[in-house]
Amino acid sequence: MRFFNDENSSLAQEIIGRYPKPRSAMIPLLHLAQEQEGWVTDEAMAEIAELVGTTSAEVLGTCSFYEMFKRHPVGKYVINICTTMSCALMGAGDLMKHAELRLGVKSGSTTVDGMFTLEGAECQAACTEAPCLQVNYRHQYRVTANQFDELVEELASSDHEVPEHGVLSQIRQHIPENRSVGAVPPEDVATAPVWLTENGGNQ
Amino acid sequence: MSDQDPSEVTVTVNGTEIEAQPGEMLIAAADRAGIHIPRFCYHERMSPVGMCRMCLVDVDTGRGPMLQPSCMVPVAEGMVVDTESDDTKRAQEGILEFLLVNHPLDCPVCDKGGECPLQDQTIAYGPGESRFVEEKRHYEKPIPISDLVHLDRERCILCDRCTRFADEIAGDPLIQFTERGNSTQVLTFPDEPFSSYFSGNTVQICPVGALTAAPYRFKARPWDLEETESTCTTCSMGCRISVQSSRNELVRYLGVDVESVNHGWLCDKGRFNFEAINSDERLTTPLVRDQDNQRQLLGTDWGSALAAAAAAISQAGPQGIGIIGGSRLTNEDAYAWSKIARSVIGTDNIDAQLGDGLPAELVLGLPQATIADACEADTALIIGPDLKEELAILHLRLRGAATKGRTKVVQIGPTATGSDSYTQRSIRCQAGEAAKALTELLSSDDQLAQQLRDGSVVTILGRTSMAESADPAMSVAAVIRAELPHATFLPALRRGNVRGALDMGLAPGFLPGRTRIDNPSQPLLQKWNEIPKEQGLGTTEMLQAAVAGKIETLVLLGADPLCDFPDRNLAAEAIQKVKTVIAIDNFVTASVAQADIVLPVTAYGEQSGTTTNIEGRVSRVTQKITPPGSTRDDWMIATELAWRLGGDLGLTSKEEIWREIEQVAPSHAGVTLERVTSDETHEGILVQQSSIDLTLPALQDTPIADGYGLRLISGRKLWDGATTTAHSPSLQHLAEPPTLKVHPNDLQRLGIPSGSEVRVISTRATENLTAVADSNVQRGTAVLPFNQPGGSANRFIDATAVINDIRIETL
Repeated sequence: MRFFNDENSSLAQEIIGRYPKPRSAMIPLLHLAQEQEGWVTDEAMAEIAELVGTTSAEVLGTCSFYEMFKRHPVGKYVINICTTMSCALMGAGDLMKHAELRLGVKSGSTTVDGMFTLEGAECQAACTEAPCLQVNYRHQYRVTANQFDELVEELASSDHEVPEHGVLSQIRQHIPENRSVGAVPPEDVATAPVWLTENGGNQ
Repeated sequence: MSDQDPSEVTVTVNGTEIEAQPGEMLIAAADRAGIHIPRFCYHERMSPVGMCRMCLVDVDTGRGPMLQPSCMVPVAEGMVVDTESDDTKRAQEGILEFLLVNHPLDCPVCDKGGECPLQDQTIAYGPGESRFVEEKRHYEKPIPISDLVHLDRERCILCDRCTRFADEIAGDPLIQFTERGNSTQVLTFPDEPFSSYFSGNTVQICPVGALTAAPYRFKARPWDLEETESTCTTCSMGCRISVQSSRNELVRYLGVDVESVNHGWLCDKGRFNFEAINSDERLTTPLVRDQDNQRQLLGTDWGSALAAAAAAISQAGPQGIGIIGGSRLTNEDAYAWSKIARSVIGTDNIDAQLGDGLPAELVLGLPQATIADACEADTALIIGPDLKEELAILHLRLRGAATKGRTKVVQIGPTATGSDSYTQRSIRCQAGEAAKALTELLSSDDQLAQQLRDGSVVTILGRTSMAESADPAMSVAAVIRAELPHATFLPALRRGNVRGALDMGLAPGFLPGRTRIDNPSQPLLQKWNEIPKEQGLGTTEMLQAAVAGKIETLVLLGADPLCDFPDRNLAAEAIQKVKTVIAIDNFVTASVAQADIVLPVTAYGEQSGTTTNIEGRVSRVTQKITPPGSTRDDWMIATELAWRLGGDLGLTSKEEIWREIEQVAPSHAGVTLERVTSDETHEGILVQQSSIDLTLPALQDTPIADGYGLRLISGRKLWDGATTTAHSPSLQHLAEPPTLKVHPNDLQRLGIPSGSEVRVISTRATENLTAVADSNVQRGTAVLPFNQPGGSANRFIDATAVINDIRIETL
């Protein structure tokens, strides 16, 4: 059994081709796996290891380092409520309590219908807009209990623009054909980078 | 500064000027000067990572003292270092306080307690008290990360030694740091254990008790242990080890760092097979087959057993006796048996190799290389078995040379091997045709041919498959001698002290000291009454002679031809046919079970003496425990037998034997007992001199395979049916059942689904095996491991054929 579906398999090959060494494609492939399944399964990590020529343990080591790669199933919408200083002062604690009641789950868990995962998170760099939260890493500012309820209802309906968890970007990165495959490995680069040589490095 | 000798820099450490090499890390320079800087993550055989911060010292490079990790700071001219400053001390106290935040301090129940760097350095450099009162981190107590290694994550201080070893040295990155921050932990991938052949090394280098070895867990405390330095004889690599015992039982081997051989590393087979020596299944008393109805092996006394053996030997006469084996023996034991065979029994039918090695003249006559030569040469050319399976530490050394050094490793062989991951090129040839492939390469305008001709070359030469005779290896040697005269050789022989056995003359036509039987040294003639005039038989010829009724008595000197000789049918027929089989062994192996007289011998750790590794390095084997039952050393059995045969070997102790070897063996002249046994011979003594002149045959064509058969390729695995593995409780289940690996297209052609049972037919046998598709196998070949429990390739091999073919059919 292959993990990646046909479309993603060929995409994976294209991604690997962008790098001088296949191993460099590990993180992009983890994103691809998360996009396909909503989370990163063991099967996905094993297959990525095979694709980039390393061991599954090494892929696990990389994957588990990053909070945003989920190694267990999560809801369609992951809601991260900031719990750091500014937000905490501005009522993030109450917001979290409200969210737990509204969704019927404790922080760190997923609703039974698989729609929402509620998590506490560290600072989201929006202190002026406290308390804030993210839905699938898209910011919501100065969230009140009412607004939270509205948000949940909106997400439950189909009338919103937040993509499902795992989808990082609506616009896929595109690297022109002539620059993707056959890139020069860093150790083979003989000349200094352009920004150093042109204009005598004055810019 | 620019006037300075660029080959050295001067650094001031604690007020003393020390010389250091440019590029060297400060901690290494301090070590050489005898100044100890505490450390956890730094290990001299691995690249520095600066993980633990324990080695912070005050370094002043002209801008005032600053705390810097001495394992990450290269020495620089004029550097002033203080390893005992107040700042350094405060840093050390702080680091230890942090390291102990989560460490459970369960020292009383920890295997490492008493020899633990964390414990020792906490006492030496720690603050004495911790300000942390918070709850410690909790994990499930030891989880097995492989069959041999347990991991206790609570004790782990995240020094990256084990994970670095697995990735950098062993090349098996199966353990990794996972998660992040406070949750960082070492783990394997779920259901993918740390099944590295070198996993035991991580236990040895773990600076805390996080990694423990299953065979040693709760066996002893460090203060109960006695230890002695010895040499591992599991394979012929000769790794230096520390043999440790508790209450007269071997409990642990540790690798000792020797520059020329093992760099401190051991393979798991060598590290853990001490369990076999403690086994209850050891032979402890002589056995003689009951001549009456049941024909069982019954226990008897030494007198009767030796008398029976002597009677069988004298009845058979010099031409009617064959002595097989001897690689398990120490040099001294081998010498005694070489002497009794030639000067008392009067036969030259003696062979330490079981038809699975290289001709003795090849091993002794080719220009010799050392392991270090191979790891420093421009090209290391492997034409032989899978080194990862057969000479695991040589594989590790070559891997290191290829990944960290400048050596290019090139391999020519018929199958994928463990070396493929680090070779510059792996050339797949047809089975038995490595010489042809090499000739083709050298006559092409390939850049590799130029590299081989212009640069230094060390060839690691052995048999690429057990299903081929030694002729292909001879042809390879012939091609290299003719085309690359500057190349030197390292024989890829696997069995224990095989090199020492050959040096001591346990090969037909050879005498101790790498001399031929027609050219004995004068001192040897004086010591040995008589030397047979005619060259005797090798193992294959002996077994054939036995089948033909020409050999009446077979002596198995720690040999198990039924499992180790490539042709099981020939061996079985020979053992069946001969009148008497005398087996001298530690265990009842398949062959010993067929013997008529069984003499129990002492095993490794119970005997002292010397052993010789593949490069000809003579080093000490030390006795640590007293042997069980009435077992005797091999040389004692030889002298006793000699006496009963009316001769006298004139040998009364191992020391005396070595003195005689030194006198009679021209190659070993000057290698005195004092030199061999002195404490300074940490590295052993390299004996490379040889007087064997070698004539090599012309290149012969390998028989062409027909279109229906598959060429059989067979190699040994590290975990196989070997006697010591089979008698080590922790290791015996590691050997995988045999599967026949065939290219998917070949299986498809025959309409056989992968994983199904097939009938395997050779000229020797027809048996059923599981066939598995493997695209790493060349088309037209089939790969079957040699000695796996439950089915071995030796059933299908005809030892007289240059190459063996099999056919497979659906059931």
